[in-house]
Amino acid sequence: MPESLTRAVRWDTVVGALLIVLLLLSFSTVDGFGNALNLSFLIGNTLPIALIALPMTLLVVSGEIDLSVASTAGLSGSVMGALWNQGMTIETIIPICLLLGVVCGLVNGLLVTRLGLPSLAVTIGTLAAYRGIAQIILGSDAVTDFPTQYLDFAAGRIGDTFIPQAFLPFVVLLAIAVVALHATPFGRSLFAIGANEEAARFAGIRVKRHKLILFTVTGLMASLTGIFWALHYASARYDNATGLELSVVAAVLLGGIDFDGGKGTLGGAIAGVFLLGALQNVMSLQDVSAQSQIVVTGVLLVLSVLGPRVARQISVARAGRRAASTPTSSLSSPS
Amino acid sequence: MTYPSDAGPTPVLSLKDVSKSFGAVRALRDVSLELFRGEVHALAGENGAGKSTLIKTLAGVHRPDAGQVLLDGEPVLFHGPGDARDAGIAVIYQEPTLFPDLSIAENIFMGRQPRRALGRIDHKATHSATLALMQRLGVELDPDRPARGLSIADQQIVEIAKALSFEARVLIMDEPTAALTGSEVARLFGVVRTLREQGAAVLFISHRLEEIFQICQRVTTLRDGAWIASEPIDGMTEDDLVRRMVGRDLDELYPKQDVRPGEVALSVRRLTREGVFTDVSFEVRHGEIVGLAGLVGAGRTEVARAVFGIDRWDAGEVEVQGRKLTNGAPSTAMASGLALVPEDRRAQGLVMDMSIERNIGLTGLRTTVKAGLVDRGAERSRSLDWAVKLQVKYARIADTVNTLSGGNQQKVVLAKWLATGPRVLIVDEPTRGIDVGTKAEVHRLLSELAADGVAVLMISSDLPEILGMADRVLVMHEGRLTAEIPRSEATEESVMAAATGRAAA
Ligand SMILES: Nc1ncnc2c1ncn2[C@@H]1O[C@H](COP(=O)(O)OP(=O)(O)OP(=O)(O)O)[C@@H](O)[C@H]1O
Ligand SMILES: [Mg+2]
Repeated sequence: MPESLTRAVRWDTVVGALLIVLLLLSFSTVDGFGNALNLSFLIGNTLPIALIALPMTLLVVSGEIDLSVASTAGLSGSVMGALWNQGMTIETIIPICLLLGVVCGLVNGLLVTRLGLPSLAVTIGTLAAYRGIAQIILGSDAVTDFPTQYLDFAAGRIGDTFIPQAFLPFVVLLAIAVVALHATPFGRSLFAIGANEEAARFAGIRVKRHKLILFTVTGLMASLTGIFWALHYASARYDNATGLELSVVAAVLLGGIDFDGGKGTLGGAIAGVFLLGALQNVMSLQDVSAQSQIVVTGVLLVLSVLGPRVARQISVARAGRRAASTPTSSLSSPS
Repeated sequence: MTYPSDAGPTPVLSLKDVSKSFGAVRALRDVSLELFRGEVHALAGENGAGKSTLIKTLAGVHRPDAGQVLLDGEPVLFHGPGDARDAGIAVIYQEPTLFPDLSIAENIFMGRQPRRALGRIDHKATHSATLALMQRLGVELDPDRPARGLSIADQQIVEIAKALSFEARVLIMDEPTAALTGSEVARLFGVVRTLREQGAAVLFISHRLEEIFQICQRVTTLRDGAWIASEPIDGMTEDDLVRRMVGRDLDELYPKQDVRPGEVALSVRRLTREGVFTDVSFEVRHGEIVGLAGLVGAGRTEVARAVFGIDRWDAGEVEVQGRKLTNGAPSTAMASGLALVPEDRRAQGLVMDMSIERNIGLTGLRTTVKAGLVDRGAERSRSLDWAVKLQVKYARIADTVNTLSGGNQQKVVLAKWLATGPRVLIVDEPTRGIDVGTKAEVHRLLSELAADGVAVLMISSDLPEILGMADRVLVMHEGRLTAEIPRSEATEESVMAAATGRAAA
């Protein structure tokens, strides 16, 4: 395994271990954590983050980012509510919303690839723009009367288990994303693009096309998340999912995806997502205020950028010590 | 003799019984070296012999596992390149380390710009000091242009200027000439001679042996990390030196086989990129090796980039095996059978912290596929195959390429492109940083490819390489093709005359 991958795997493992420790601690010490209802809440509330984290991971690996995802989700919820009020059927509305997500993603992608603008700046702009459009469309209305079978699906559990029904489609999407990133030529190209875009271009990789596809898929997944959100919470409002991008980015970075691109694994990213989700759940159970939770997310974001770097430095130092203890060099006086 | 005897004065800088390992790789084993005032000392050895590691140990980048670095006979411990610089040691590393967003002048005077009142940077003084350095090296580079986008040769020149800008007692140069052509090398050597006469000590690395014989008085040879010999150059022959490096005799250096050229494989017609090159037309036939010569900045690399689709052209057209290429599309160029080995291995050729295996695999992502997934078995055997064929020296194929020596990185770039089985191959400085033995191997390989009908366009600043390998030599001067010289008439004089614009071709 290449050095970079072993390092990433090491960080993956750290995050995975943290997740397990947190779960074990919570089971034993936090009242109300272990019951099926709470666990289903935990997973259900984390699913929106997890859904968007899938394409976001690919995007960050390729050296880009999309901060407009939460606004795209909100916009697609708004449109869904507005069209429902107009009397359209939900079966027509959903494809329209997904298409809208594609357009939102495409706009981001075109601005980044055609005009060569940095994605951070572009998507901060569209973050504001898409949310603004969402408000224009739905105003301060809340649409809640969606068909019950859809609401039930989005909020329901599988039989008597704590697993939400929507978890299954997520697992399928996760599998697709894992294969796409780690086993296809497309995913391999993303790592090359993120690590050295010029070398990727010289290798005949169509950098702009790859990025455009990623932004588009991200838009699509964001609108899917917006639809899920409106149904899960039985409420379509223009401000749905506000601030979700912060959680997604924090979770992905926490999972060891290098902000500079070119490094990380999807397994790590998803471990990061559920670590963050579990933490938020525990904080809610302990009556930590929403504001404080945001502070914790922010701190985690900083730690997640620091963490892998520190881990890397430790492993380099360890390698150095190992080298220093080989027979040839044991003769050298310690300096 | 121009060098001091061992019993004489103390060396300015020396290494005593130094060892350095990277994991299981023993890059240096009990190596000693003495550098005296007023000498130019060559460091010779094959790729991966440990030359760059030795230099980095001298400069304080690496700390030796065992042994000592001595400055004026006293043991010193440099904690980093800064310490070495403060001690009067200027180092040019093998791979340029410029800051792309800073100007040339800022790069050269990084952190020690001339100041005006209140500590403000004196831009005028920085600018004129840079100009003076450029004049000394006989090149025209705008001090205010950013380092981003400089050709590898220009980057080397900026690194040289940076090293010269110190009042250095010791100048260490790791392959400074690898991308320079004859006239720039001559200028550099002029400067080096002056420094030597002023009493500086110079340590010089080059795989172009003739350069060692031109400028150096003594040579130290390394083989597989071990010290082999330190001796005067006088009385040695190139063969002697090669034998020290390789441990055996080498075959003939430029074994170009005679091939009857076939159909036109690459046809470039009236290609123009405004302000870069103008009205360039030429053809390369199957089985032919065509050399593209010219001074640094003549536009050779730029033509290659445009043909391959990295840059767009403004006018003209390119055909590969009868198929017109799309402007600015490397992927279609590759699909038509074109390959480009780029000049800058770190920026363009390799993803430095990806493995050897995956770097070679990058050009095969379309072909080593099974059911839409990367066929890892096929990828590994393709990579191993070529890594072995090109004698890449590595510990494991899954190691990242940044653990390889410069020459071995270059071999990985070659492997990456030869593995695509191209029908038209453009190579830009294919043997930059590659040792004599492997160079002969690369030449044999190119020659074999040509014999198999591959059309080869070879850009090289190494004139003997071009003269030895090419069936025809195209010469560029200031963005235009100025001459086409058949093998029989191609000599150093005729090519240089055309390259400097003196020829009425
Ligand atoms: N950072 C590193 N990690 C692991 N191995 C390394 C590292 N740097 C160098 N090596 C290994 O040490 C050996 C010597 O490398 P070095 O770069 O000194 O060779 P060199 O003589 O400069 O070769 P070249 O002519 O190709 O530049 C090589 O086998 C190389 O792979
Ligand atoms: Mg080297």
